[in-house]
Amino acid sequence: MAKQYETIIGLEVHVELATKTKIFCSCSTRFGGAPNTHTCPVCTGMPGSLPVLNKQVVEYAAAIALAAHCEITRECKFDRKNYFYPDNPQNYQISQLYLPIARNGYVEIGAGDTKKKIRIHEMHMEEDAGKLIHDEWDDTSLVDYNRSGVPLVEIVSEPDMRSADEVIAYLTKLKTMIQYLGASDCKLQEGSMRADVNLSVREAGAKELGTRTEMKNLNSFKAIARAIEGERARQIELLEAGRKVVQETRRWDDNKEASYAMRSKEDAKDYRYFPEPDLVPVVISGEWIDRIRKNQPEMRDEKLERYKKEFDIPQYDAEIITESKHMADIFEKAAALCGKPKKVSNWLMVETLRLLKEHEMEPEEISFSPEHLAELVTLTEEGAINSTVAKKVFEKIFAEDIEPAAYVEEQGLLNVNDEGELLKVLQKVIAENPQAVVDYKGGKEKALGALIGQTMKAMKGKADPGMVSKKLREYLQ
Amino acid sequence: MDITSMTAATLGKRIKARELSAVEAVKAYLGQIEKVEGDIRGFVTVDREGAVKRAEEIQKKIDDGTLSGPLAGVPAAVKDNLCTENMRTTCSSRMLENFKPAFTAEAVKRLEKAGVIIIGKTNMDEFAMGSTTETSFFGATRNPWNLGHVPGGSSGGSCAAVAAEECAFALGSDTGGSIRQPSAFCGVTGIKPTYGTVSRYGLIAYGSSLDQIGPVAKDVTDCAVILEAIASHDPKDSTSMKRESYDFTSALVDDVKGMRIGIPTDYFTEGLDEEVKKHILKVAEVLKEKGAVVEEFDLSLVQYAIPAYYVIASAEASSNLSRFDGVKYGYRTPEYEGLHNMYKKSRSEGFGPEVKRRIMLGSFVLSSGYYDAYYLKALKTKALIKQAFDRAFEKYDVILAPAAPTAAPKLGESLKDPLKMYLGDIYTISVNLAGLPGISIPVGTDQEGLPVGMQIIGPCFHEDRLLRAAYAYEKTRAYERPAIVKKGGDR
Repeated sequence: MAKQYETIIGLEVHVELATKTKIFCSCSTRFGGAPNTHTCPVCTGMPGSLPVLNKQVVEYAAAIALAAHCEITRECKFDRKNYFYPDNPQNYQISQLYLPIARNGYVEIGAGDTKKKIRIHEMHMEEDAGKLIHDEWDDTSLVDYNRSGVPLVEIVSEPDMRSADEVIAYLTKLKTMIQYLGASDCKLQEGSMRADVNLSVREAGAKELGTRTEMKNLNSFKAIARAIEGERARQIELLEAGRKVVQETRRWDDNKEASYAMRSKEDAKDYRYFPEPDLVPVVISGEWIDRIRKNQPEMRDEKLERYKKEFDIPQYDAEIITESKHMADIFEKAAALCGKPKKVSNWLMVETLRLLKEHEMEPEEISFSPEHLAELVTLTEEGAINSTVAKKVFEKIFAEDIEPAAYVEEQGLLNVNDEGELLKVLQKVIAENPQAVVDYKGGKEKALGALIGQTMKAMKGKADPGMVSKKLREYLQ
Repeated sequence: MDITSMTAATLGKRIKARELSAVEAVKAYLGQIEKVEGDIRGFVTVDREGAVKRAEEIQKKIDDGTLSGPLAGVPAAVKDNLCTENMRTTCSSRMLENFKPAFTAEAVKRLEKAGVIIIGKTNMDEFAMGSTTETSFFGATRNPWNLGHVPGGSSGGSCAAVAAEECAFALGSDTGGSIRQPSAFCGVTGIKPTYGTVSRYGLIAYGSSLDQIGPVAKDVTDCAVILEAIASHDPKDSTSMKRESYDFTSALVDDVKGMRIGIPTDYFTEGLDEEVKKHILKVAEVLKEKGAVVEEFDLSLVQYAIPAYYVIASAEASSNLSRFDGVKYGYRTPEYEGLHNMYKKSRSEGFGPEVKRRIMLGSFVLSSGYYDAYYLKALKTKALIKQAFDRAFEKYDVILAPAAPTAAPKLGESLKDPLKMYLGDIYTISVNLAGLPGISIPVGTDQEGLPVGMQIIGPCFHEDRLLRAAYAYEKTRAYERPAIVKKGGDR
């Protein structure tokens, strides 16, 4: 009988904080921008420059730590992590090792009987590095320090996860929580949330942990799931063949669905960490913690309950909408504007989800404004456009955030509410389709559908199909 | 009128009184540089044209009344590890031979705002590592009192330039005695303020937790006036302190009646030159006669200061100097294969032996498996040394000590035996470890005619006490000038 294996997974999650300025200088953190335009002597490591801590970074980090039930270190310190690489202008990264801002927390995943606590070992603040751009043509490398000094928190979990599903659940929970706090937009694709997976396997029932590897370069939930499956299979294969798992850092190539070794423990870098002498300890008072706790926004679970109660939204729908803070924000704003929360929820649950799936997008990437969705709901409710037109208009809103009222006007998509006009078309359709009329009168309900279709076609879709059906029935009686 | 022999404060007064102009002052100093710099070699860069131009601008502001401070129009020099936007900043290293900073150090900016004219950048030990100014890539600076001797270091260029009257005063930096020891060797006065008093923004770091900028001048009054100009709470430097008072000149009172002065017996044992010892004890007698209460006491832990210092300073230096890698600025080796080879060759060729020695030492004490045994132990020692001083200051207002075990050694003597050179820092190093203020003032010359200096140490934020004691002593003797400046005029 084949042996059973258990997978043990711990995560190191990096999150870029949503501060306007960098962690140790006042340069902008905005994503993009021409290379080296968001830079100053501090974030380019010029001699004589000194770091000054951005207080907002501590606020965000503490808010995340509190939401993750961590103990806040009342006097935390920064340390230097020394390593040579050109993306790191000082050749050391200011991070926290000895006294990180928070320790010993947890987040809960699953629901009901499958509820499980994933413990958080520690959380620390640090600066991001710049980016290297390799010019193959010229055989040179260029460096862009725009990202250098963007604030990060690293959240290190205990090895409490046992499957890719649990990992995704944990990451989703963290992401939602952090987005709700407004501390980060957590976009995996843009790298504002990054996860390294530490994974080992052991025979089911074994007490000792197996040798673990660390997997890097995972930039989507799908890649994470695939990398976990791949690494689990690779390790089991090694063990089955009587070989050993080597402790090493591996890089995942999602195109090849395979990983390769970056460096082993033997050539692991010695970072020569020591306390950062240019910064003073960060003293966090009890009152400060209380204030952050008090100012915490409505979190997801509270929002979910409120949606159910206040708007009579079903549990499942409320779960989907609140999973992304961005979607929840759109929902609330649009609902308030048009006064039809259930209609808004329908647009999000059906058309929005369909389009997201079709374009392989995350809810955070929704770019239309709640005002336009609300306007669309109102137009439909007033009968100004029919549901088929509405769907088409929504696709436009989703793709280009067009203004629906102006758009339907321009495109001549408004319902024709002129009964005379409709009657004229009806008569023409009936005259041209004598067989269908006979069939309908003979009791074939289906034939009416064909007539409605013909009428709608003749009206170029600008009629209300309900109205068409009603008028047809009256006429043919 | 012999401009260059005036103190900075006197010169400032004369300029203010329109007895002479800033341009005349600058030209006088440039003239003196012309005469003696060939022998002294105190400067890495002299900005002759720029200095005259700035002097003209400053004079206009003095004339229209926008500048009226005590240092307006006074020419000065700054150590070449202080960033200056308009002058290259080399740290006396090949690594930064042509480096032009994008900004000016806060301390220098404050001087410029006060109307001081920076005429040049002074030579130093490479990246402030050394006690003789011989590790400079640009060659050694000579002691104005005897050209065969070193000026001390690492602010040897600043101290020699002040002694040789090539500038009215200078700024230095002090990590383990780098202002006080060369001041003693060159017969001038230098103060290292309490850690956090002068912004380190723009000071190219050696040992960040120990570095402080301070003035080097002809007398105690100048030091107080300059300190008032450069001390500030700077939001750009997180280790800069908000002091209750930035008034240093009020302490200049010739009165030490009742002042309790401690002399640490552990500083007067083996290793201290007999002549230096005699001089210091004589000063103690003078102060006693002026009403101070002088007592001997046991400071303890003295023997641990040097190892603790070299561990901490080297550890910080190994990290601080890692940014010099040939990628962004500074020296890059002309030929290399790949990134790591470029790093290795640029750093091997760009740094001198003393800098490399300390980078290696620092990297070693921070490496995994040695951190606890060396770095952490050194930090604990630092804390104990601070406590020993705290206890001493419960009993004494100030502590009297030598600035260095001997007068200035001969050129070429020290580098052969770095360990011996390190031991020369024994009386100054603890002051940096404890973050205390210390002043070095000249107290006489030895039989060879070389100056002997004395150090006065006070508790944190009590520069006033050192200034007062030093000022009272200074009143008892005349300022001595080296022969070269007297001769200089006759050439």
